[in-house]
Amino acid sequence: MEWFGLYNYWIVVVLMMVGFYIVIAQGNLIKKIVGLNIFQTSVFIFFISLAKLEGGTAPIHVAGVSDYSNPLPHVLILTAIVVGVALTAVGLALVVRIHELYGTIEEDEIHAQDEA
Amino acid sequence: MGLVQLHLPAFQVIVPMLAAPLVMLMARSPRAAWATATLTSWLTLAIALLLLIRVRAEGVVAYHMGGWLPPVGIEYRVDSVNILVLLVICFISAVVMPFARLSVASEVREDKHGYFYAAFLLANCGLLGIAITGDAFNIFVFFEIAALASYSLIATGRERQAVMASYQYLMMGTIGTTFLLIGIGFLYIMTGTLNLLDLAERLPAVNDTRTVRAALAFIVVGISLKLALFPLHLWLPNAYAYAPSMVTVFLSATATKVAIYVLMRFIFGVFGHELSFNVLGMNLLLMPLAMLGILIPSIVAIFHTNIKRMLAYSSVAQVGYIILGISFASTLGLMASLLHLFNHAITKAALFMALGCIAYRLGGVSLIHMTGAGQRMPWTMTAFVIAGLSLIGVPLTAGFVTKWHLILAALDGGLWPIAVFVLGTSVLALLYVWRVVEVAFFRAPLRRMKVREAPLSLLLPTWFLTLSCLYFGIETSLPVGLAERAAEVLMGGYR
Repeated sequence: MEWFGLYNYWIVVVLMMVGFYIVIAQGNLIKKIVGLNIFQTSVFIFFISLAKLEGGTAPIHVAGVSDYSNPLPHVLILTAIVVGVALTAVGLALVVRIHELYGTIEEDEIHAQDEA
Repeated sequence: MGLVQLHLPAFQVIVPMLAAPLVMLMARSPRAAWATATLTSWLTLAIALLLLIRVRAEGVVAYHMGGWLPPVGIEYRVDSVNILVLLVICFISAVVMPFARLSVASEVREDKHGYFYAAFLLANCGLLGIAITGDAFNIFVFFEIAALASYSLIATGRERQAVMASYQYLMMGTIGTTFLLIGIGFLYIMTGTLNLLDLAERLPAVNDTRTVRAALAFIVVGISLKLALFPLHLWLPNAYAYAPSMVTVFLSATATKVAIYVLMRFIFGVFGHELSFNVLGMNLLLMPLAMLGILIPSIVAIFHTNIKRMLAYSSVAQVGYIILGISFASTLGLMASLLHLFNHAITKAALFMALGCIAYRLGGVSLIHMTGAGQRMPWTMTAFVIAGLSLIGVPLTAGFVTKWHLILAALDGGLWPIAVFVLGTSVLALLYVWRVVEVAFFRAPLRRMKVREAPLSLLLPTWFLTLSCLYFGIETSLPVGLAERAAEVLMGGYR
């Protein structure tokens, strides 16, 4: 059953689409950021999955072990997580400002105010 | 070789990065923050010029971060292509900083100036990093550094729409960079490397796989979001229209240009034009999008009364010209694109600076504000007109040089309808620039407005860029030589 062996990647695809859909379809600015986080997390899982070697262990040198997981994607994703946290922080800070200025965080209400 | 010479590529990025926290500490004294940021931007320009000398002498300047050798360590790699981009970024930031003092003082709250200039330096550092690095993942990280700084810069705009524009940019920009990250992941699966040079060497062996093609698709779509290729440009008009004048000048001249450089680097350098164009037929995607991207935003621009927004739409159209040059997949086309990257940066920066002068004196940039401005602010408006002529592509201006090369490239590829199209769409630019000229010069000022000419510290940078538009329209050897060399390097893959 090959498709079951790709279990991780199916999860990645599902999470990615769920996140992307929330970003596009939701009108609430906070929920959009949640969607963006889910979208990014799916990419993180994707990178971690591709680092896994069947039968491999954690990349710490141990006598008698020859197969290790690839540590590089882990390091990359550590960086990407930091970037993601920073993005979420900036995004949320912007939403706080938007709430101060418009009194709402619903996209359609904001556009209605701007056009009025 | 001196120590400084040896570490130039690292200094190029580290100097603005380290200056940023320093500037932030000066939040209490806006003057000191501005002075430090200005000195830093001049220092980075000096470093870029020194790098140019080294690139001319050595061909390629490779720098290994921390002494780790390439496939393992991160490599900074300066060749004929990215030195052009580095020069554009440094040149624009060095000119925009003197302009910033009064312009920012009138548009941004005083207690925020320290943070503002710190964010500017971080954006500068991020853009320089994208251009200089030879590591795919590093490109992603620097994209995010530049983007995060730009979001906060845009959000400092006076009107409340600025914050919303920044939020929308954040959403679309993050999706773009995440797509880029997915593409880089696919490339890493297939080749086990992140070094661009290494990727270019290992990819031909696995070119036929669906993974590599998906990687190309993700990377092209992701970067297209960042460079505002029509129809992925929706974040741009609001972001440029509501950002403070100085931010608009800087971002319009550099941010999209750097993304265009990354696109060129990936489709020509890493994937190779053979795979991108001959096998996958990307020109069939890019060419229609570029043409629609020139036509529709140009027409939209004609109907906007907010001139800043009008020029923002014009920026989307100009990105279209650059992508059109890329889609020819020829050395001549690439050369035209690289030239336009350089010339449009100067032209658009000059235009937005002139608008900055107008905003400083008149408090707004709508067409109504500018009624009769030609009589009150003759120097500002003359600069606007000259830069506008360069935007249209009138002979003796920088814009003409690129249009000329673009038409030559189209004819060389046997695409004469496109040559006609390029000429025809220039008329649209004439239409939207003319509206401003008519209102500013041929109508008497409405009220008895006591408006004087913009102060010298705003006018000098504006005129410096305006004269550059003329200079590079007449004395074309520097940009043409650089672009020619760069186009040859790109067409030859990654060396």
